[in-house]
Amino acid sequence: MTREWHTRLPRFWWLRRATYFQFMVRELTSLAVLAYTGLMVWALFATAAGASSPGFFDFLRTPLSVWLHAVLLILALYHTGTWIALTPKVLVVWRDDERVEPDLIAGYNGTLFLIVTAVVLWLVIG
Amino acid sequence: MPDHILEVFRYLPDSEDEPRFQRYEISYRDDWVVLDALNHVKDQHDPTLSFRWSCRMGICGSCGMMVNGEAKLTCETFVRDYDTDTIKIEPLTHFPVVRDLVINMDDFMEKLPTVSPWLIREEEAGPEDGEYRQTPGQVARYKRFSMCINCMLCYSACPVYGLDSTFTGPAALALAERYNLDSRDEGQSQRADVVTAHEGIWECTYVGACTEVCPKDVDPAGAIQMLKLSYALDWAKSFVMPRGSKRD
Repeated sequence: MTREWHTRLPRFWWLRRATYFQFMVRELTSLAVLAYTGLMVWALFATAAGASSPGFFDFLRTPLSVWLHAVLLILALYHTGTWIALTPKVLVVWRDDERVEPDLIAGYNGTLFLIVTAVVLWLVIG
Repeated sequence: MPDHILEVFRYLPDSEDEPRFQRYEISYRDDWVVLDALNHVKDQHDPTLSFRWSCRMGICGSCGMMVNGEAKLTCETFVRDYDTDTIKIEPLTHFPVVRDLVINMDDFMEKLPTVSPWLIREEEAGPEDGEYRQTPGQVARYKRFSMCINCMLCYSACPVYGLDSTFTGPAALALAERYNLDSRDEGQSQRADVVTAHEGIWECTYVGACTEVCPKDVDPAGAIQMLKLSYALDWAKSFVMPRGSKRD
């Protein structure tokens, strides 16, 4: 029996290729979405408690909160963009016998995301 | 005839304990692919060098290797396209190395048939019924996924397979989708056990490198995401339509 040589994936395999690195960034930015979900849960409890729980509303006024929201927004938007880019892989649409262009599928989804975001912003801020 | 240095992975299990890199200085012709350079080394410098190859035209899938860290078919990879003086050639990663650039592909060969990559019919029609006909549109729906040449570059690029070799892997799963999309096939539910197992589609985290390295533009990453959607829909449908339904 011939001895075979086995290699193991190095710890920093994700630095070896741009695609691997982008994958890791995509996965890590999901933590930003998780963190913001945590903030929202905190906001819900604080709102329900009203004036008896001023901690959350005091925190919102701090520079740290502004920075945190800005960073989380950027990371969450990036994460959202990666999923919109993925949609043509999952949604393979055929028009008669021609495949609808993947960029068009991603474009529709991106546009829908922008419209929904604009409507939500209008409802909240407008 | 410009010069290049080939730095080639050598593993000689009969005489050496560890692999090493061996340097060969070659003068190459402008129309040489990396496989030509390796054959030149074997013919002119070192007959002990071992590597697989066959068709030399990107069909047989035998000559896959890592060229400067990238999974490539060496018969399609031109030496002139590398600016570096040194070209590093290694066996495909994530596979056991038998000798030099030759890998053991048993794991891949065992996984391929597990997805039942053939037409499955609930009731086989007899010869008197003629052939199963398809329109060009029906062929177009699966044709891309049928172009796989089993070169295993996708397995070599897949970090999931590198971390866990029980993963069924990109090519085998793409082949499952190729048959699921075939209008003549009725075997989607029969493939479910293997395709939707823990080692199947759900292990794929969509890194996407398999699609990038595929020399035949098969898009295994896309096939796996389509499988996830279709089997998730089948699972949802099973609650309202116990008999299920096949996709168009």
